[in-house]
Amino acid sequence: MNQGKDNAKLRSQIDQNLKRVYQEALEEEVPDRFKELLEQLRQKESRK
Amino acid sequence: MNNAVDPREELPEHLPALRAFAMSLSGNSATADDIVQDTIVKAWSNFDKFEPGTNLRAWLFTILRNTFYSHTRKRKREVADPDGIHAGQLSAKPGHDGRLAFNDFRVAFAELSAEHREVLILVGASGFSYEDVADMTGVAVGTVKSRANRARARLCELLGLDEGEDPVAETDGETLAVLAASGGSTV
Repeated sequence: MNQGKDNAKLRSQIDQNLKRVYQEALEEEVPDRFKELLEQLRQKESRK
Repeated sequence: MNNAVDPREELPEHLPALRAFAMSLSGNSATADDIVQDTIVKAWSNFDKFEPGTNLRAWLFTILRNTFYSHTRKRKREVADPDGIHAGQLSAKPGHDGRLAFNDFRVAFAELSAEHREVLILVGASGFSYEDVADMTGVAVGTVKSRANRARARLCELLGLDEGEDPVAETDGETLAVLAASGGSTV
């Protein structure tokens, strides 16, 4: 049978689902605490 | 600093990716946010070690994964408690129509070891090359490839699929389209 081709298909389905797992996390809004943290780090830097 | 773009200025645009990677590793948003927080602080105080013109995202991801693994060693119990996903929920076998449901996929993914989740996300989803991933994880390219293969095989096992047993072989093109759609492609 055509097992190589079938495995390639399965693999591409897995990759599509992996991309979706990652993409969903990527689309979540970045919490404000990180923007605040960066702001604090910048201020500390400029006081040096 | 020379006249290359200051990586500090570029950091904000990498935050969503850092968070997505941390989520993939920990499966837990509270832990993920703690890891991202520590990663930002570490990166900030080490930017003098960043080589301008090299891959900033890969550099940040490397810091993040090291942070994750040291958190894991310190706080095993919390990491083993993913958001809303519980072991044993998985009814792994795909329906006889061969459909690979995204929800089953997510549950199976969450069951993988952190090492397997990591390699699959880096190689399969976030667009790094095997070489990048080898650098980031501190192993040989061949090790990355075999780790990725083992991770895929384990995922198939959790999903009740044998590699070599095509979940769509017994069906028609219609199911394939459904699968493509569930994989998030733009149909």
